[in-house]
Amino acid sequence: MRFRLIKNVIKQGFQGMWRNRGMGVASISSISAVLMILGVVLILILSINALVIDTQGKFDEIELFLYDDVTDEQLTAIEDMIRSKEGVLSILYKSKEQALDSYKEQWGDEGYLLDGLEEDNPLPNSYTIQLKDISFADIIVDEARTMDGVEKINYHKEVIDKLMVFANYIRIGGMIIIAALVSVSIFIISNTIKLTVSSRSREINIMKYVGATNGYIKGPFVIEGLLFGLIGSGLSIAVVYYGYGYFFDSVNENLYSLFTIMLVPPNVILTDLSIIFVAIGTGIGAIGSLVSMKRFLNV
Amino acid sequence: MIKLMNVSKEYDNGVKALSSINLEIHKGEFVFLVGSSGAGKSTLIKLLLKEEEPTDGSIYLKGMDITDVRDRRIPNIRRNIGVVFQDFRLLHNKTVYENVAFAMEILGTHPKEIRRRVPMILSMVDLSRKASHFPDQLSGGEHQRVSIARAIVNNPPVLIADEPTGNLDPETAWEIMKVLTDINNRGTTILMATHAKDIVDVMKKRVIAIENGVLVRDEEKGGYGREIQAH
Ligand SMILES: Nc1ncnc2c1ncn2[C@@H]1O[C@H](COP(=O)(O)OP(=O)(O)OP(=O)(O)O)[C@@H](O)[C@H]1O
Ligand SMILES: [Mg+2]
Repeated sequence: MRFRLIKNVIKQGFQGMWRNRGMGVASISSISAVLMILGVVLILILSINALVIDTQGKFDEIELFLYDDVTDEQLTAIEDMIRSKEGVLSILYKSKEQALDSYKEQWGDEGYLLDGLEEDNPLPNSYTIQLKDISFADIIVDEARTMDGVEKINYHKEVIDKLMVFANYIRIGGMIIIAALVSVSIFIISNTIKLTVSSRSREINIMKYVGATNGYIKGPFVIEGLLFGLIGSGLSIAVVYYGYGYFFDSVNENLYSLFTIMLVPPNVILTDLSIIFVAIGTGIGAIGSLVSMKRFLNV
Repeated sequence: MIKLMNVSKEYDNGVKALSSINLEIHKGEFVFLVGSSGAGKSTLIKLLLKEEEPTDGSIYLKGMDITDVRDRRIPNIRRNIGVVFQDFRLLHNKTVYENVAFAMEILGTHPKEIRRRVPMILSMVDLSRKASHFPDQLSGGEHQRVSIARAIVNNPPVLIADEPTGNLDPETAWEIMKVLTDINNRGTTILMATHAKDIVDVMKKRVIAIENGVLVRDEEKGGYGREIQAH
């Protein structure tokens, strides 16, 4: 008996969707639109997360630039201070001359352009401190600032902090946009389903008098909503996956190396994207249909 | 079968539709509910169907207190009561057969049982030949017989009819009364609200009269009564 009831409910759900296919297009489009925007936001967030992690790994160094007239005592003091701190992997001292040499090396064949600089070398003596990660930097930097002989400190915590703040803005902004869109599409769905509900209000009324349960009456509409959600999420999974794949490939071809590092590869996110899309899509559909029926069930 | 104890109903807008109604209807009875327009007949029926809640008193159905029941249980209560309305309430996109079968489908009845039971009920209300017709191909009396068939197809112990002959000419009305009498003779308890003086007078059944929400008369083999103004 239960099985037959469930079969009836599902059949009616499909029928309702088919009868309402005109407005259904609007519902499905609105769900798809929400999910596609969600997809873009998600990819943005994931990429920025990847960028943050990547940057943290890259910028785990502090460079201390020293005055040219730094004394040996000052150098020892600085070195001792650094060695006494936690999280330090290595310290490398580079003199002005070494700095220039390594510059020349970097310039390779064009290194001769730097030839005249030995007379009046503009590059400073420096310490390069390799850290376990960037969070150990602050203590060292604060103390180094107060020490004699230190001219300038270069480290990238600010960059990363700024990046984190930026990533947070994207996350929060994205969530707000998505929440707004989700509400809008719940509204659209509920209005669509209201059409089926009201076109069947007579039937619903009779069903109630004959003793149909609320579940039996609601079932078909919830299924109609779920189907809209499912179709909408299927469409947007395809569009986002292939659309992003295309974008990803073309960026890769153009060898925008900085970009490719921060973009997550499409196949990595496909599963998560699908789960999230189907969950949100069907959720919007089901909630929309329940909202649409509230008024009709009070017989 | 049905018992009302001190039942009162005041609608949200302050209209006092029923005041302290006491009555008991036994299994197998045929009861007319009479009273002028606005007396409270439909309100009483709505209370039995759990469409409205009483403001006071208790209602029993088959010995069960149904005064305060959870919404979840209302469908169960309604399965014990077949209802027929003045305006038939048929589904226009379904045939006579489907309209009746529909009432069984929504309870999850086995298709075999539906195929067995629907023709039986249709022949009982003399509609076998119209089984595949749509409602707009039927006369008023046939409409009402379909709705009666639908009301009794699940074999409820009680059948409630709110002015079932209200939209029918006298001759057709008698046709409906014959069907209802048949059903009553098979053991179904019937409560029928009506304005049809001649029917009530001829049938000589129990009559309960309400005026302004008050039960003013309850007599076995009664008549429509002079105190009620025809509408
Ligand atoms: N939903 C409602 N809200 C407020 N008042 C109502 C409601 N339904 C009925 N009433 C009022 O309750 C009173 C009784 O109405 P009811 O429908 O029970 O009368 P009735 O005896 O069935 O009349 P009729 O013979 O015309 O069908 C009337 O005054 C009516 O206006
Ligand atoms: Mg009435």
